[in-house]
Formats: sequence, structure tokens, C-alpha cells
Amino acid sequence: MPAITLVEAVTQALDYELTNDKNVIVFGEDVGANGGVFRATDGLQKKHGIHRVVDTPLAESMIAGLAVGMSTYGIKPVAEIQFMGFIYSAFDHIISHAARMRNRTRGRLSCPLVIRAPYGGGIHAPEHHSESTEALFAHIPGVRVVIPSSPTRAYGLLLAAIRNPDPVIFLEPKRIYRKVKQNVENNGEELPLDTCFVLKEGQDITLVTWGAMVHETLNVAKTLEEQGISAEVIDVATIKPLDIETIINSVEKTGRCVIVQEAARTCSVSSEIAAQLAEHALTSLFAPIKRVTGYDTIMPYFKMEDDYMPSEKRILDTVQQVMEYA
Amino acid sequence: MENLNHNMNTNNNEELKIAASFDIPYVQHLNHEAKIEQTLPDFAHDKEFLHNLYRNMLLTRLFDKKAISLQRTGKMGTYPSVLGQEAICVATGALLEKEDIFLPYYRDIGTMFMRGVKMEEVLAYWGGDERGSDFQNPDVKHDFPFCVPIAGQCLHAAGVAAAVKYKGEKKCVLVSLGDGATSKGDFYESINVAGAWQLPLVTVIHNNQWAISVPRKLQTSSYTLAQKGIAAGLESIQVDGNDIIALCAVLKYAIEQARQQRPILIEAISYRMGDHTTADDASRYRPASELDSAKIKDPISRLKNFMEQNSYWNEELETKLLNEITNKINQAVETYLNMEKPKPTTMFDYLYKELPEAYQDQYQELENL
Repeated sequence: MPAITLVEAVTQALDYELTNDKNVIVFGEDVGANGGVFRATDGLQKKHGIHRVVDTPLAESMIAGLAVGMSTYGIKPVAEIQFMGFIYSAFDHIISHAARMRNRTRGRLSCPLVIRAPYGGGIHAPEHHSESTEALFAHIPGVRVVIPSSPTRAYGLLLAAIRNPDPVIFLEPKRIYRKVKQNVENNGEELPLDTCFVLKEGQDITLVTWGAMVHETLNVAKTLEEQGISAEVIDVATIKPLDIETIINSVEKTGRCVIVQEAARTCSVSSEIAAQLAEHALTSLFAPIKRVTGYDTIMPYFKMEDDYMPSEKRILDTVQQVMEYA
Repeated sequence: MENLNHNMNTNNNEELKIAASFDIPYVQHLNHEAKIEQTLPDFAHDKEFLHNLYRNMLLTRLFDKKAISLQRTGKMGTYPSVLGQEAICVATGALLEKEDIFLPYYRDIGTMFMRGVKMEEVLAYWGGDERGSDFQNPDVKHDFPFCVPIAGQCLHAAGVAAAVKYKGEKKCVLVSLGDGATSKGDFYESINVAGAWQLPLVTVIHNNQWAISVPRKLQTSSYTLAQKGIAAGLESIQVDGNDIIALCAVLKYAIEQARQQRPILIEAISYRMGDHTTADDASRYRPASELDSAKIKDPISRLKNFMEQNSYWNEELETKLLNEITNKINQAVETYLNMEKPKPTTMFDYLYKELPEAYQDQYQELENL
């Protein structure tokens, strides 16, 4: 079993479902012969045919609208939006139709579909290719928003997303598409949605994060360990619906919490986590909840990209501030 | 049609080569006086078929009138009238087969009734009750509910058509939309992909000349709406949308084409004789004279006139039909008015297949109110 990258784990999960469920169709811009601009669908059209892995005309609203229609008629669409920056014209179909169809027909019709999109910064990409706007989707009732942080979780969570009976927005942190390799057995075993993963147990502080920032956060936890601070690291993974219980349990144990995200701060997933901790875990807290985030600015072009992204130093500094409270 | 390359021709003495040219056929069998304009298809003398069309047009009109009065008396919410467009609805309903899939725009109640949607369901929808789109008749289990965001249904229809084609079924998917919807990207994107993928899709534009207060001429400078389909590689036909004989002929052809994976676009020329919705007042922007000239072209009196000319209809049948329809509508209204308000927690019940743990607190909060 060769070790594979996160993007290869995506391909492997798509391949597994295409092989085992004839109703699964993968489609999007350049997903066919080209295998996707990040190669997430590499080789799939050749293996599964042009009717299963389909190049679409260049229109994102169309991609989402087609997925809505197909999914009500027994097909399992796994659509790719080439970059999250282009998903906004598809937003109408996600929010007005996919998310609502089950509710507005009292269960008569539903939209089990997956929309995949690479997201986030850190690869020195052109304008509109680096934003982290997952909170826009997390705000919408009726959808799930899932963000893997490793090859193992990309494989297991994508399988779960495809098999889920409701619409799932699957955001792939492209900065770590090829960062690490893991041995991922191609056994078709899914990972649970709607649950956080505790990546490292600790006693002194809870670090909550998801997606690419998991890597910086784990590095910080290692540094903290050398300083005698035991940090618990939680990968949220499914940001909608949010498994706040795992986070509360951890904070009740540690009494301190820092939330790390690439996205801008205001009205973000970190805002929601902080609010829920304030509601449910206030009496356990020894220190204010702090956030390390992108700034509330337009995502800068890549010359200033590193200044925008939460660095290990920023995380470490913030943790130390939080630890200073008695 | 005006010469679209007018400027280029006058600036160039040499004759231009033509890269492409096209025609948009216009189909009309009965003019507004029910006089024959084109040889009639055989079904135009099938008395029972005509009776069915007439019955459903009249039902649609009387239901529409009743729905407006329910809104006016505070028993229903905002409602968009279909007055004047009954022929397009009913021809569509008459030509689609049960196994086909229909995606309506929000005025298309006539088609929905003929396919098996209950009148009380439509009333429930506009009466603010989600159960109105939970069609109980299994014949319409794949049909879509109303689509309020304009033109969204066009892409859903393309998606259903892609699924139908993928499964190798010989069904037709039919979507309807208004003239305003043809300005939207979703419409263009849907006909574009229908052409590119050769989908079993019929797209029917109800051109009722008005999109709320914006008239057709301010919507687009395209000479016809039908020709928009040409750019997507679709056969495109214009039809008198108040001539139900022409509509049936065109739709019969279109549905046959779609079943053979030849997507097609139909522009049905009609007129919105009512306000946009019960919340609108068309007298603010529409001259009364325009409405008067539209009434002359009324689709229902046209078919009645034709049937009377051919002794297929008489006052006795009319009275009998009116009684039957009125009773049916009254029964539906009664059923609607007797529907109990749904339990508030049902707002959570269909959010996901299974309500995630994260929602349990809010569910309890509402239940305990």
C-alpha cells in the first residue's frame, strides 16, 4: 500500500465510489481528460468512461443547478467547482434549492449531492484563488460543510459525503493537497461526519482548528510540549453541523481555548465556536477565548499572502497570552 | 425581421459571406376569431380531446379566480394569477405522458393539475404551508414544486434530463418559464448544456409580455425569444400561445423530439391579463387599452368559439361543466381551509434526513415553547 497525498486520497475515494455505485457521476470543468486542474480526477474518465466522469460547459451556476436536478432523480452527483473563488455564482442553487429541497417538499424530493472545491491560500495563486469562505456555507440550514485535513480523512470523509442523503459542500485545503503522504487503505471505509477529531490529547489548553491550519497548529502543540505546556488539538472536520460537544468537553478539561482559522474573523466559524463556548463552558474558562485568524480584509495577492495567513508564531504568541491568565 | 447586420452592409460594397442564418417558424392554426389559418391537425376534430382541453382551461381559470378571492379575503397569501395563459398550461398537461417529468414556473397550475397535483396542494403552497409541495399523487412524485427564484428550474430540468439520459430512459423532461426568465444566466446555461449534451428537454417560454412591470421590449432586443435557442443549437419554434390547437401540435412534435435526445425550445406568445401577483397593481404601468386588445385573443373563448362552430359544444354542456368544476374547486377550498396548522417542530423534521445532534437543543427549545 503506497503512501498517498490528500489529493490522491480524493481521487481514490472518487474511484472507489464510481466503481461501487453506478449512480455516482463526477462532473465539472476540466475533470475529464485533463483530470482536473489539481489532478483530483486524474485517470477517472479513462477508467470509468465519459458518461461517468463528465466535462461540463464552463458555468458554475449550471454545475450546481444540474446537480440539484440529477440528485432528485436518483443520480449521485459529485460536482467539482474548480476553485472556491468561482463558487459564488453556484451559491443560488446551493442555498435556494439544494439546501431546501427536502424541507420544502416535506421529504418528497431531496438533493443528495456533493460539491467539491479546493479552497484556502498559501499556494501563491492569482486573485480569487485563495479565499476561505467556509462560513458562508456553514450559515445555511440544510447543508453539511466538510473540510479534511489529511489524506486519511480526505478519503474517509469524502466517501461519507458521497453516501450522505443530504447536500454536502466538501472543501479541500489545496495548500496541503501534496504536503504529507499517508498510507490510506482503499477499503471503502468511511469516517463519521458531524464529528470532531481529537488529534492530540492534552491538559492545559485546547487548540481548535480545521483544514490546512491543522498542520501549523500541531507544530505549535509540539513546541508547547517542549515548553511544558500540554495542548489538546481538535480538528473540527465537519464545520456544519458543528460537534460542539467534543470541543466543550475538551475546554471543560483544559479551561483555555484558542481557535485557529485561515478565514477572516468576523462572523466566521471561530465566532460560532467562541459563542457556543461562552454559552456552555463559561464557568470552566480560566482565560478569554482567543482567535488566530485571517484579517477582516480582502485576501491579499500573494506578495502579502504570508502576512495574512496565521503563522505558527502568531498561534504560539496567542497561546502564550492565554496561558498568562492564572 | 430587421437586418441585424445593417451597419456592416452599408459600409461594405462587396456582398458579405454569411456564416449562419436561421428561421424561426411561427405556428398558428386558429386566429383570434377561431378562423383557420393553417390546415388543422387531426386531433382538432377529436371532440373528446377538445372537451378535455376546454374543461381544464376553464378549471384553471375558475380556480385562479377563486385563489385571488381567497387572497383578497385574507384566507391565502400572495398569489400569482395565470389569467390568459391557460392554453399553454393545458396543452402541456395534455401532451406530457405520466412518466415524463415536469418542472413548472410559478404560474403553471393548469399543467400541474392535469398531471395530478391537487388543487388544495396549490392553495396550501400559496397559503404558506410547505405541505403544498409534498404532492400526494404518486404520478407526480418526480415533478418539481414551484420555483420562485426566476429561471432556476431551467437548470434543474437540465439536471433531471441528464439523469434520465444517463439511466437510458425514454422520458421527456419539460420545463416552463416566463419571458423575464429568458434574460437570466440560468436560462442560457440550461439551453446551452441541453444542446451540448443533447438532453431530452423541452423548454417552454410563457411569453406573457410582462415581467412584473417591465414589458417584453425592455427585457431584450432579441427579435424573438425563440431565437435565443438557436445560439445554443436547439430547434426553436414560436407558437401562438393562445391557440391551443397550435400549442398541442407544436408540443406533440417537441416532446417527440426530446424523447429522441433532441432538445427544443418553444416560445408561446400569450398575454398576462392579470396583475403580476395579488400584491401588484398593473394599472400603475400598463395602459388599459393594451389589456383590452389582449382580451380579444383570449384562449378559452377561442376554443369555445371553434367548438361551437363545429357543433362540438353547446350551452347545456357548458352549464353542466361549470357546475362540475365549481363543485370540484369548492371541495378543494374546503379541504384547504380545514387543514390544521402543522406542528412547529416540523420545521426541523425535513431539514436533513436525520436531524443532526447539533440541532437537538433548538428542537427542544421550540418544542417546549
